[in-house]
Parts: sequence; C-alpha cells; structure tokens
Amino acid sequence: MKAKKSKSIKVAILLIAAIIITFFLSLSFGSSFIPPIEVAKTLFGNGTGEYDLILFDFRLPRMVIAILIGAGMAVSGAILQSATQNGLADPGILGINSGAGFAVIIYIFFTQGMSFASPFLSIFIMPLFALIGAIAAACLIYLFSWKKTGVTPIRLILVGIGINAAFSALIIIFQLKMDPRTFTQATVWLSGNISGVDWSYVLSLLPWILIFIPAAIYKSRYLNVLGLGDTASIGLGVNVNRERRWLLFISVTLAGTSVAVGGGIAFLGLVAPQLAKKLVGPRNEILIPVSALVGAFLLLLSDLISRTILAPSEIPVGLVVSAIGAPYFIYLLIKS
Amino acid sequence: MALLQFKASARNKVIAMIIIIFGTALLVLSMAISIAFGAANIDVGTVWQSIVSFDPARTEHQIIQRLRLPRALAAALVGAALAVSGAIMQGMTRNPLASPSIMGVTAGSTFMIAVALAFASVSSSIGLMAAAFIGAGLGAGLVFGIGSLSKNGLTPVKLALAGSAITALLSSISSAIAIHFDVAKDLSFWYAGGVAGLQWENIITALPVFVIGLLIAVMISGSITVMSLGDEVATGLGQRTGIVRALGFVTVLLLTGAAVSISGTIGFVGLVIPHITRFLVGSDYRLIIPCSAVLGGVLLVLADVGARLINPPFETPVGAVTALIGVPFFLYLARREGRGML
Repeated sequence: MKAKKSKSIKVAILLIAAIIITFFLSLSFGSSFIPPIEVAKTLFGNGTGEYDLILFDFRLPRMVIAILIGAGMAVSGAILQSATQNGLADPGILGINSGAGFAVIIYIFFTQGMSFASPFLSIFIMPLFALIGAIAAACLIYLFSWKKTGVTPIRLILVGIGINAAFSALIIIFQLKMDPRTFTQATVWLSGNISGVDWSYVLSLLPWILIFIPAAIYKSRYLNVLGLGDTASIGLGVNVNRERRWLLFISVTLAGTSVAVGGGIAFLGLVAPQLAKKLVGPRNEILIPVSALVGAFLLLLSDLISRTILAPSEIPVGLVVSAIGAPYFIYLLIKS
Repeated sequence: MALLQFKASARNKVIAMIIIIFGTALLVLSMAISIAFGAANIDVGTVWQSIVSFDPARTEHQIIQRLRLPRALAAALVGAALAVSGAIMQGMTRNPLASPSIMGVTAGSTFMIAVALAFASVSSSIGLMAAAFIGAGLGAGLVFGIGSLSKNGLTPVKLALAGSAITALLSSISSAIAIHFDVAKDLSFWYAGGVAGLQWENIITALPVFVIGLLIAVMISGSITVMSLGDEVATGLGQRTGIVRALGFVTVLLLTGAAVSISGTIGFVGLVIPHITRFLVGSDYRLIIPCSAVLGGVLLVLADVGARLINPPFETPVGAVTALIGVPFFLYLARREGRGML
C-alpha cells in the first residue's frame, strides 16, 4: 500500500513536470517564435511591449484554459467510466458535449444582434446555458436507456450515440440559419477550439472547475463502492442512487462548462482517465486527481501541436485530440 | 428442404408486390411534389408539359428541366442506393445496426473527397466519384479490420463503436485538411449532405453506377437471404460465401460511393428503411432489396421536400432531416442492445 502511494506521488510529480515543460514550450512556439530568454524576461516584467501583448494577452490565457478544460473533461470522463462501469464512456461519445453545444448554439442564435447581451456578460452566461444543455442530454440518455432491470453499460453507450446524432442534426439546422460570420465562428467553436480566448474566459470557467473537481475528489470514495456493483454497495450502507446521481451531476457539470468555453473536444474524457488508470491503478481518490493532471497535459500538448503542425495556419485543438484519441479508443475496443 | 422453410410466404410476396406498385406510384407522386414545390411554385400541369413538350423560351420550363428535375431524380436514386446498401450490409453481417453511415463508409468517402480536393485539385465529377469509391472502401475496410482483430468478433455494439470512432477520426483529419488547404467551403457541401443545386452532368456520371449496383444487388439477393441465416448454414447449403461476400462488399461500395459523391453525407436512410421493409415483407432479401430501393427513394425525396419547408426560403440540409427521422428509430434499436429484428 505504501509502495503504491509513493509510486502515485512519483507519477504526479512527473506529470506536473511534464505540464510545466509543455507550458514553457507553448509560451515560445506559435505563429511567431519567442526565444525562451525573452519569455523569461517578459514574465519577470522586463519585456518589450510586443512580447507583453503576445504572452500575457494571447498565449497565457489560452494555456490556462487548456489546463482547466483538460482537467475538467478528464475528471468528467473518469467519473462517467467508474459510475457506469464502462471503460468506453466519454462525454463526447455519449452526446453530453453536443447537448451543451446545442444549448450554446441556441443562445448565440437568439442573441445575435441583440444589444442587452454585452460580449463580456455572454461569456459568463454561456456556461450556464451549456450546463442546462448537458444536463438535458444526460437526462435523455438516462431516460432512454432505463428499463425495469436498470441501465446496462451497452445500452447506455448506444443510446448516447443516438442522442449525439440527434443533437448534432439540431445544431446543423440552427447553425445554417445564422449569418455567414456567426456561422463560421460557430463551426470553429464546435470542432473544439481555444484560440482567441482572453482572461475573461478563464474567469468564467475557473469557479466551476475549482468547485467541482474538489467535489469529485471528495466523492471519489463512493465511486470505489459503486464500482463493486449495486448489491455490494447497498450492503455497505451506501445510498446507491443518490450518490450516483450526485456524481453524474458533477461529471455533467464539468463537461458542460468546459464545452461552453472550449467547444466539442471529444475523446479527451475517454483517453485521460484510461491512461491515468494504467499509471496509478483504479482507486478513485488517486485516479481522479491523476486523471485531471493527464487531461491538462494532453490538452496543453494538443494545443501546442495544433498551433505548430500546420503553421502558420492553426487547426482547432479538438481535431488534434480526436486524431490522437480515436486510435486509442479503437485500441481499447479491440482489446475489450 | 431446409430452403423451403425460408422462402417467402405467399402473403409476404403479395405485400411486396403492393409495396413495389404503390411505392413506385408514391415515388412518382412525391417527385412531382418535389418538382412543383419551391421558391417559385409551379403547378403540376406545367411540370408535366415541361417534360412532354419542353419549351426553352419559358422560364418555368427551364427551372424544371435544369434545377428541379435533376434534384428530384438525384434524391430518389441516392435514397434507393443508401437503403439497398444498408439492406445488404445488415443481411451479410447479420447485424441490425449495420448501415453505410454508422459503419464509417460515408465518412471514408468524404475523407477521400477532401484529399482529392486538397492534394490533386480534382473537380470533375468522375474524379470525385472515384475518390468516393476508394474512400468508401477505406472506411469499410478499417471498421471491418478492427472488428476482425477484436477478440470476440464483430458484435453489433462493437461495430457501432468502431464506426463512430473511425468516423470521428476521418472527419477530424478531413477538417484539418480542409482548413489548411482552404477547401473548407467546398467540403462543407459534402458534410451537410443535400441534393440541392445538382446538375444533370452529376447524375449522368453516377447513373450507370447506380444501375449496375442495384442490378447486382437484385441478382445476389437470394444468396444474401441464405447468408443472413449464418455462415455455417450458408456453407451447409452449398453457398460459396466468399464470392457472395465479395460481391456484396463491392455493391455496397459502388452504391454508397456514388451516393456520397453526388449528395454528401446523408445518414440513417440505410439504417431505417431496411428495418421497416423487413417488418413489412419478412426476412427474404429477394423481396427486401427491391422494396428497400423504392421506399428509400420515397423517404429521401420527401425528406428533401421537408428540408425546404422547415425554414423557407433557406434550405435545411437533408442529412439533418433524415437524422431527426432516424434517431428515434436508432434509439429503439439501442434499447434492444442491437438484438433481434433480423
């Protein structure tokens, strides 16, 4: 037990180191290269005006967002996988992300050209809308996969694929009613995009992540019990349905609010917890924080790739995550 | 003797005849509605006149001949092709969730079209169709490859999951290509899926492929019935399963590739129609395949009319309309965890 704990600590330290290294690489690379020495100078307050602008207004908020969303999506996926006892569960595949996306599209659609919703206010309202959409999608999935015998993992995931298709179709219908400029913005946002975020986005997402990831860690001991199966959990005195609902609510909230800022980033919630499980094993109180670190690292790395691989053009980070995540998903599928 | 058991009953044959006769009538009627209805409403009499005695001087005749007729025809052909593809796939794999869009075939076609647009600047309809065929083969090959590598073989659920993973992978690569090479606007046409703005030349290029594909489908339909009883039974009955499977695979690629090359991604037609047809005429594919063709055509022509009605004067992509029709059906199948119905 002790050996395992020290191993987990080592893994966590390595991950944090990897995040820091990627963080500094991300500061240097991008549409224009900034030498590491200049980065250091600028960070300590001795930079030129141009570097100040690029680093503090463009790159830093973007990277903080990548870390927040990566952690949020990963924890969301980790909870889903443990609570449904299904290694292939992911908020993107299950349609929770597209539910949130649909709500945001509706919001954009009805407020375009309206004066009362200032851009600044919108940034804080959008997570709420996304949350409503994510919860609606989750309820629909639960409703349609519910039978007298309960919810089986297979039925849950098939129903999720269907719900995902329905929300995607609705998104297309509303998207095409928008004017061309909003349409393009929505397309880029939907494929998972964190370029062009500023500090207000960080502020709008931060409270959600700061409240709900610790909540997930606090509730993680119930996840261990739920993993033993319903009968065993009831035997151990856990109110199974109440705890599962709470955990699913945390998971859906993290996914929904992350989507509001970062758009539909699929597969991250699937891959990060699976990798974390390989590193530190299935105990949730360790797995959930490590998943958060893995998720933050993966999204930061994907963001760096998305900015540099086809430079000078940028591709939405969600596409990079899919290109990495889908083969891993297929590998898991072959093995299962 | 064993075969007799699986022959269609007389009742099923009568129902099939009714579907084919009335279905074709319905198809003609819905095509007439599709032609008459639009930004400028034209009465059915004028539609008829423009076909039997075309007068180039009249704008209405020009609209019908140049725009609306190819559109209605394309919807009917694409609907038929997708439905028949789905029927063949479901019969051969004995998998109720099998269909071109769920199994990555359409995503493969779109991916190769993106590659052709970006790297080879292909713009002829023949070139794009060839790319779509190759892509259809690629998508289907990947999904089936994953299935055969997998320990317990291709269960319906694994097939659906592998299909959605391949679709996600291929479409993210196509989007990246589209954004980098600045062909996103060209490609969005194939993503949204629709038959608006089709020209005669698109249809004429694809028509022989549709005809050949549908003919092969009808020819092998008896063998598919035998295949749908399972490999062991089929081999026991003296069926050469390898040849039938290869022919079926080629037919699916021809029909789906041609459909995607002219209309883009239109999902769920290939899933829903074969199930409805099987419910109506039983499990003999000699009846299912022709009836699926007719009903698939009707569904897509009507969905295309619906797509124009949702938000006039703008057009909603017909792929979104078929998805909204198809999802409840998919959910019904999902509740059964992909079992039964075959």
